Amino acid sequence: MTATIEQTRQTRRSRRGGRKHLSDRARSERSLGWKLSAPAFAVMLFVTLWPIAYAIVLSLYNYRLTDPAGKRFVWLQNYVVALSDSLFWQDFLTTFIIVVFTLIFELVIGMAFALVMHKIVFPRKTLRTIVLIPYSIITVVSGFSWLYAASVGTGFFNHWLNFITAGAFPLDYNWFGGRWDSLFIICCSEIWKTTPFMSLLLLAGLAQVDSSMEEAAKVDGATWWQRFYKVILPNMKAALMVAVLFRTLDAIRIYDNPFIMTGGANQTQSLSMLVADETIKRVEIGMGSALSVILFIIVLIVAAIFVRGFRVDLTTTGGR
Amino acid sequence: MERRRTRRGVALAAAAAMLGTTMVTACSSSGGEAGGSGGKVNLVWYINPDGGGSNPKGGGQAQLAAECSTSRYHISIQLLPNSASDQQTQLLRRLAAGDSAVDLMSVDPAYVTQFAAAGYFAPVPKAMVAKIKSGGTVASSVKASTYAGKIIAVPFWANTQVLWYRKSVAKKAGLDMSKPVTWDQLIAAAQKTHTDIGVQAALYEGYSVWINALVAGAGGKIVDNPSADYQHIKLGLDSAAGRKAAAVIAKVAATGVGGPAMGSSEETQSLNLFQASGSSGFLVNWPYVWAALNSAGPGGKPVPWIKDVGWTMYPQTVAGQTAKPPFGGIELAVSKYSNHTKLAYQAAQCITSDKHQAQYMIGTGNPAAAKAVYNRADIKKAFPGGLAALIVKSLDNAAPRPLSPYWGDISTALQQKFSPPGSVNQNTPAAAQSFISNVLNGKALL
Repeated sequence: MTATIEQTRQTRRSRRGGRKHLSDRARSERSLGWKLSAPAFAVMLFVTLWPIAYAIVLSLYNYRLTDPAGKRFVWLQNYVVALSDSLFWQDFLTTFIIVVFTLIFELVIGMAFALVMHKIVFPRKTLRTIVLIPYSIITVVSGFSWLYAASVGTGFFNHWLNFITAGAFPLDYNWFGGRWDSLFIICCSEIWKTTPFMSLLLLAGLAQVDSSMEEAAKVDGATWWQRFYKVILPNMKAALMVAVLFRTLDAIRIYDNPFIMTGGANQTQSLSMLVADETIKRVEIGMGSALSVILFIIVLIVAAIFVRGFRVDLTTTGGR
Repeated sequence: MERRRTRRGVALAAAAAMLGTTMVTACSSSGGEAGGSGGKVNLVWYINPDGGGSNPKGGGQAQLAAECSTSRYHISIQLLPNSASDQQTQLLRRLAAGDSAVDLMSVDPAYVTQFAAAGYFAPVPKAMVAKIKSGGTVASSVKASTYAGKIIAVPFWANTQVLWYRKSVAKKAGLDMSKPVTWDQLIAAAQKTHTDIGVQAALYEGYSVWINALVAGAGGKIVDNPSADYQHIKLGLDSAAGRKAAAVIAKVAATGVGGPAMGSSEETQSLNLFQASGSSGFLVNWPYVWAALNSAGPGGKPVPWIKDVGWTMYPQTVAGQTAKPPFGGIELAVSKYSNHTKLAYQAAQCITSDKHQAQYMIGTGNPAAAKAVYNRADIKKAFPGGLAALIVKSLDNAAPRPLSPYWGDISTALQQKFSPPGSVNQNTPAAAQSFISNVLNGKALL
């Protein structure tokens, strides 16, 4: 009796990660593991943790790179200014609109692509390669191609729309003249570029769905929509949420497309562009750091919502 | 056991090798400052793009670099981006990192004080300072090269805007162009003749150039104490001069004489407006307009109405008060982090010699900073009809933009508050002034 109790205690302790009761072998393996990963760990600390900590320290200063003498410790003033400035919230809204709009379309189109790629057998490899092409193009290049495609002088969009609407669409329509038009083109370019990534992740999820369950549902007389909604989706939820999480975090950091297409004009500046403007153009290191810390916290919050709220477990890849 | 140790050794070696390569690649990018061909010192000159590009025979800075290379040093060039703000970003990053591979720089007056205040420039040798102050250089250029009472850079070329007009239009409007004209007269004349005045009012540095010229022309200053730090800076925009400048902009916008797309008009667009048939009347712009009009006609020939083009001093903001035309151009500066500051200043002396300034002025159309250049026969031929004399007179009256280290921020804030031009009213200067002051004190985002 006492032996059993002692044993459970031991297991509990070892489960909690107690080091005292490890076997020699386990201990030396663990120490070898630490030694092997130590260089990578040190590099990681050096290139990520240190800059992050430094940015947090800098964000408490009013500090301009070209004016080192004027460096002043201002506590949280930079955060208060940023969060109470209308420009910050305008950029926040712009970024939010881009994230939501692109995510919805990427999810729907990406799922359609994934379903097609999953079912088609014959030119499977060719199809997957073709679908991946936009993703392999550098974002700056895709930004420029969409800019030229939509601009009045070089573009074909207006000519096509003019043709389709039998002349009703003006040939000299300026897509980059207003906020919503510009954002529309920016989102289109983003969707075009990153949908392949989404569809690949979703394809991996689809492959994990047990086909026998689908067949069972079919035998029971479920329609295609019912099978998709009740069998396939719940079974690939993990892959789906990972895909959505990755894309959300990626989209929050959008910079290239609006930078190339509008340069932030017409209220199309994203949060990342604001950070770059403060840090690189104005060399206001303090304010720039505060803004990038805020952006970092936003990313953390979104990740936490996904991981906690939707119970996404990044360590398991299985569908169940 | 033995085996495990070897494995461990291999792992450690691999890790060390990885770290090593990262460091080597990090170091190798900064090499190349010394050496050059045959033991000669290689001076690197960061130039802003000009008509000559990187062609050593193109008449631009690349040609000056080739001609000023001696047996002791070779000057190689690096092209900076097109816009002044991109040039600033690139140079600033190198200077802030203490890059010794930058020796000479072509610096725009808009940010020359920012770099000087940060201590990025090597002190100008006394002999050169004496020469710059001796009166041979146009006044505005000397002013623009001075910060906190010291000469910080070498004037290379100096730019100024003049008023371009169609002689027939001025005659029809009854304007006497032999006397100084005011903005109000110009607006009335353009309205009467249904023509346009080409101005720069897009959201960019050129708009600040116009605003500054208007404020200075009314006897005001955007910044009263340009050498002060951001906590003690005094702004002079919220003044009678600032409101007079706002009134001129508002009137140009409200009467429609600024053209249909005034709010997106930069130098090129305003020149296009001046070339448009029917509405061509007046234009304020840099002297490159002359060269442009002489090759804008069919087959690279002058425009058909080239004989109708006249030029005179920049318009006055207030009648009877001497106009303060905009000032631009390029200053040469030597980096403090250069390993060859002495040689770099020797090179700068060669580049800014009268002969080379004249050659550059003819090659690119960018006016010289040295007064003596304007007396040369070849310059008078390239800038005929008193144009050379007008440029040098305008340069002597010109008002540089405030020589504050914070001008970049001040300018951007100014452009934002004065855009679009149609929204400018009597409250704009006050609003702009309080916004600029908030931005400088870290109390507003830009």
